[in-house]
Amino acid sequence: MTVLSMRQVSRDHGTGNALVHALRQVDLDVAAGEFVAVMGPSGSGKSTLLTIAGGLDTPTSGQVVVEGADLGALGPAGRSALRRRAVGYVFQDLNLIPSLTAAENVMMPRELDGVRARQARREALHALAELGVGELADRFPEEMSGGQQQRVAIARALVGDRRLVLADEPTGALDSHTGEEVMRALRARCDAGAACLMVTHESRHAAWADRVVFLRDGLLIDATPGRPGPESLLEGAS
Amino acid sequence: MSIRHGLLALLSQGPRYGYQLRAEFESSTGATWPLNIGQVYSTLARLERDELVVRAGDDGEGRFVYEITPAGEADVRRWFATPVAAADRPRDELAIKLAMAVTAPGVDVRAVVQTQRAATLRTLQDLTRLKMGAPAVPADQPDRAWRLVLESMIFQAEAEVRWLDHCEVYVARAGRPAPPAPPAGAGAAAEPAEPTEETRR
Ligand SMILES: Nc1ncnc2c1ncn2[C@@H]1O[C@H](COP(=O)(O)OP(=O)(O)OP(=O)(O)O)[C@@H](O)[C@H]1O
Ligand SMILES: [Mg+2]
Repeated sequence: MTVLSMRQVSRDHGTGNALVHALRQVDLDVAAGEFVAVMGPSGSGKSTLLTIAGGLDTPTSGQVVVEGADLGALGPAGRSALRRRAVGYVFQDLNLIPSLTAAENVMMPRELDGVRARQARREALHALAELGVGELADRFPEEMSGGQQQRVAIARALVGDRRLVLADEPTGALDSHTGEEVMRALRARCDAGAACLMVTHESRHAAWADRVVFLRDGLLIDATPGRPGPESLLEGAS
Repeated sequence: MSIRHGLLALLSQGPRYGYQLRAEFESSTGATWPLNIGQVYSTLARLERDELVVRAGDDGEGRFVYEITPAGEADVRRWFATPVAAADRPRDELAIKLAMAVTAPGVDVRAVVQTQRAATLRTLQDLTRLKMGAPAVPADQPDRAWRLVLESMIFQAEAEVRWLDHCEVYVARAGRPAPPAPPAGAGAAAEPAEPTEETRR
């Protein structure tokens, strides 16, 4: 089942001499359970791709469908409702709320979902522990290292049953060991049925994905074919 | 790759039979470098000749136990203390290929880079899948040793991809080279992509 489907998506910034084609006619599908990595040089359109996939930005042309809903047809209110319910987002600049503790930051999207505080806290502690920062639950962002904050931001994106996880350089401030913990957590989430689209500069992290795609000057190139799905495995067996 | 030092290192942990050495060598490198028993015995024969090991009795079926000598111990210590020199590694065909692609006319360097990167990424994915299957923290000694070998291959593949990324950006910035200059003697025929004497200063 396809969780994210992008058809002929283009995004232009600016006009005249300042016109930038950040994305050009991009086609991309991410299925449930699939982990896709996006690589490409700086300025090639990776963050643009993610913000459009998550409905935080709208394409100049083309169609984006998340969980069967056409984002363009939804309107701003519908888009933000879908975003809250279905999408977990790790931003390139973490966006933790400074006045909230780690646990409260992670609880917030769940409370916005209407989950009760006790339940939300239990889920938050579980997500923090999964990323190896369980003991930091009651600290504020400024009391944590960059890498610790990063893991809290990832916990926030993974908490609850997000069908689509979008992660922009989630391992930026992490050493290779901690980066691997994050990859294990994302991989586990995909194996449990989520679709994940992750931007990374590091091939060792991209290698955890089923498929790696490249962006170059806004054009998407599929680099590695996906792993055979259950259907094709069955075909091979018969 | 040094089978000789690998076997000596195993013998520094205590005497062993040839077939034992082969099994232990393979399990601690995750069968990355399979050995045949002939290689093991010919290596042991050379080590014996160089007085780094001695044969110490047999098991009654003609199989000998090998024991390390003090000279052998010293050799192992030296091996661990000495860095592997870059010149000991085989020549890098990929670097040569890229260097040729940049200079030869009519070669799409970006395509060469992309093809290689896709292949290296697939290798990296295969290696990562091996790692995914195993627990995050390996339980026993051979598993830990194997993990280190696996990581070494992952880091090498990663370095190759980074270098390819670097080549791609470099080629894009430098643009296409001008047509080749006349042969040497016809004056300064500097590569246009290279900084000139002025900019270098
Ligand atoms: N709001 C904007 N206004 C004008 N141009 C923009 C805007 N946002 C992005 N761009 C341009 O669009 C292109 C793609 O930007 P994007 O942020 O998607 O790159 P990226 O691949 O994520 O780069 P990095 O690896 O550096 O994060 C760049 O040329 C950028 O300058
Ligand atoms: Mg970006």
